[in-house]
Amino acid sequence: MLRQATRLCTHFPVRSCTRSYLSERKKFYQDVSISQGEGGLFEVSLDRRKLKTPGGKLFAVASEPLAIAVATEWDSQKDTLKFYTMHLTTLCNTAIDNPTQRNKEQIITAALKYLETDTVCYRVEEPQGLVELQKNEWDPVIQWIEKRYDVEIGSSSSIAGPTIPQRTRDTFSQHLASYGFWALTGLEFVITQLKSVVLPFALIDRHLTVEKAVLLSRLEEEYQIQRWGSVEWAHDYDCQELRSRTAAGTLFVHLCSEASTIKRKLLQG
Amino acid sequence: MASVGCPLRVCRGILKELRAQCGHKYQESMAYTFVMEQFRKNQVTSEKLCRAQQELLHQAATYLCLLRSTRMHLALHEEYHGKGESKPEDVAKLVGLRLPQQPGGKGWEN
Repeated sequence: MLRQATRLCTHFPVRSCTRSYLSERKKFYQDVSISQGEGGLFEVSLDRRKLKTPGGKLFAVASEPLAIAVATEWDSQKDTLKFYTMHLTTLCNTAIDNPTQRNKEQIITAALKYLETDTVCYRVEEPQGLVELQKNEWDPVIQWIEKRYDVEIGSSSSIAGPTIPQRTRDTFSQHLASYGFWALTGLEFVITQLKSVVLPFALIDRHLTVEKAVLLSRLEEEYQIQRWGSVEWAHDYDCQELRSRTAAGTLFVHLCSEASTIKRKLLQG
Repeated sequence: MASVGCPLRVCRGILKELRAQCGHKYQESMAYTFVMEQFRKNQVTSEKLCRAQQELLHQAATYLCLLRSTRMHLALHEEYHGKGESKPEDVAKLVGLRLPQQPGGKGWEN
């Protein structure tokens, strides 16, 4: 896998092993451009060489803004390529290559598993300050999603978590199934990052900003920071990383679902 | 709908991040052209709630958050994790401690 990576200049093994995730390669190109290729898909070129995915496929996306954002990620690399900062590129690669070889149903099942252990549904019984904070911050989001999707979620302080009714699962499953494969890949990414199904739904529906969703996901940690102080190399580091991943996932879902709407309209016409 | 601030501030925020990323030539970048075009196209003069504009503003704020947090994460990464394994003195300093000094040496040096 690694040998193949060095052979293909535009190919990086993001998901092959941990070391390559942190490895940095020298920047080997000057100009980054995008062009519209076969089937109206947008491709990214590095010095006239077309960008490829780790799986060796041609890198092509349906959305022009997404292609521009990916090109900007490559363009902003300085002397070495820092793949761990290129979240949109990574998400596109995952959607194109589908390294885990899963279909839509399998992704939906995997994503909905997070509903059983949703961050915002698990409550503490002490300390009192945190109990109140969780109630004040998380309850409005749960109320919002229950009203918006006409479902029942609730919260619990037991170790087993709340019992989610089957109807709630079915509703979310249907909503997830209405997304295309690309958008679903992004949505599952956000769900796994925030360890919640409720927060990403609120984020995609533009009910929350990324900063707020990340804050809600890290509520207990924020409480501890307020009490004991913030440590830059641990707390801020994690917070910024989670923010950038969540923002990338959210943007990816929005851009990919927009592109599919345009396609549908064209087909109807 | 989440409140994300005024469009002008978001737009200037994105441009600031692009300048930090791409250097002084940022005005020639594709992202600059695209962002400016989007913001100009979607200006509304009235105070009426325009859903499409609100959606776009949320997207712009998300992009701003992506650019800003990626830059800050990278800065923290380079500061604390980018230099390989740290020396015991540096690790101790990180948590506000100093390694003990032994004036007469530790006994095993030649």
